[in-house]
Amino acid sequence: MSGSEWTDPRPMSPHLQVWKWHWTMASSIFHRVSGVGNYLGALLVSAWLIALASGAEAYGTVEAVMLHPVGQILLFFWLVSVLFHLANGLRHLIWDGPKAGFDPKAASMWSIVNFAFGIVAAAIIWSLATNLF
Amino acid sequence: MSTNFKTPTASARGLGSAKSGTGHHIKQRVSAIALLFLIPWFLYAVIAASRGGYDGATAWLAQPWNAILMILTLGAAFYHMRLGMQVVIEDYIQKAGMKQGLLILNTFACVGLFTATALSVLKVWISAGL
Repeated sequence: MSGSEWTDPRPMSPHLQVWKWHWTMASSIFHRVSGVGNYLGALLVSAWLIALASGAEAYGTVEAVMLHPVGQILLFFWLVSVLFHLANGLRHLIWDGPKAGFDPKAASMWSIVNFAFGIVAAAIIWSLATNLF
Repeated sequence: MSTNFKTPTASARGLGSAKSGTGHHIKQRVSAIALLFLIPWFLYAVIAASRGGYDGATAWLAQPWNAILMILTLGAAFYHMRLGMQVVIEDYIQKAGMKQGLLILNTFACVGLFTATALSVLKVWISAGL
C-alpha cells in the first residue's frame, strides 16, 4: 500500500472504549503499554552505552541523569515495565506453544500474577541493587 | 491473470491476511525466546556495570563475554522492538502518510540505535585491549 492516499475508515484496535475492564483485558493492554515503555527505556540504555564509549565526561552527564531522583523514578518504572512484559511475554509463548492457560479462571489468575510479579520483582531487584552494591 | 490456476484460497493459505502476518508473528516469538534468556542477564549486567562509575562500567563491558552477550541482547531487543512498534503504529495511526512515515522512522531508529550501541560496545571492548 506504499504511496496510497487511502485511509482505513474502520475503528482502530484494541478499541479501549468498548472493553469492559477485567484482569485479562488489563494484562493484554498493559503488555502493549509496557512494550512501548520498554522502547522508551531502550533509548535511555542506548544513551548510557554510547556515553560509555564517548568518554568519562559524557558518561558523567548520563550518570548524573540516572542518579537524579527523576531518573531513578523513570528507571524504576522501566524495570517494572520490563519485568511485566517479560512475565506476560512468557505467557504468550506458553499460549502459542503448549497452548495452556486459556480457561477463564486460569487466565485471570495468571494476569494478576504477572502484574504482581512486575511490581514485586522490581522492588526486590531495586532493593538488592541499592543495598548490596 | 489467466495463467494463475490456483483458487484464491490456495494462494492465500499459510500467508496470513497481508501475506506477511505469519512471518511477523514467528519473528516476534523467536526474538522473544532469545530475550527470555538475555533480559534477566541484562538486568543483572546493567546493575553490576553501573555501580563502579565510568572506570567500573568500562572494565565490566571490556570483558569478552559481557560484550558478546550485550551485543546479542541489543540485537534481539531492537529487532523485537521494531516488530512490536510496527504493529502499534499499524493499529492506531489511521492516516496513510503519517502511518508510513512513522513505520520508516521506527525502522531507522531501531537499526540506527543498534548500530550505534553495538559499535559503542565494540569500541569499549577493543580499546581495553583484552
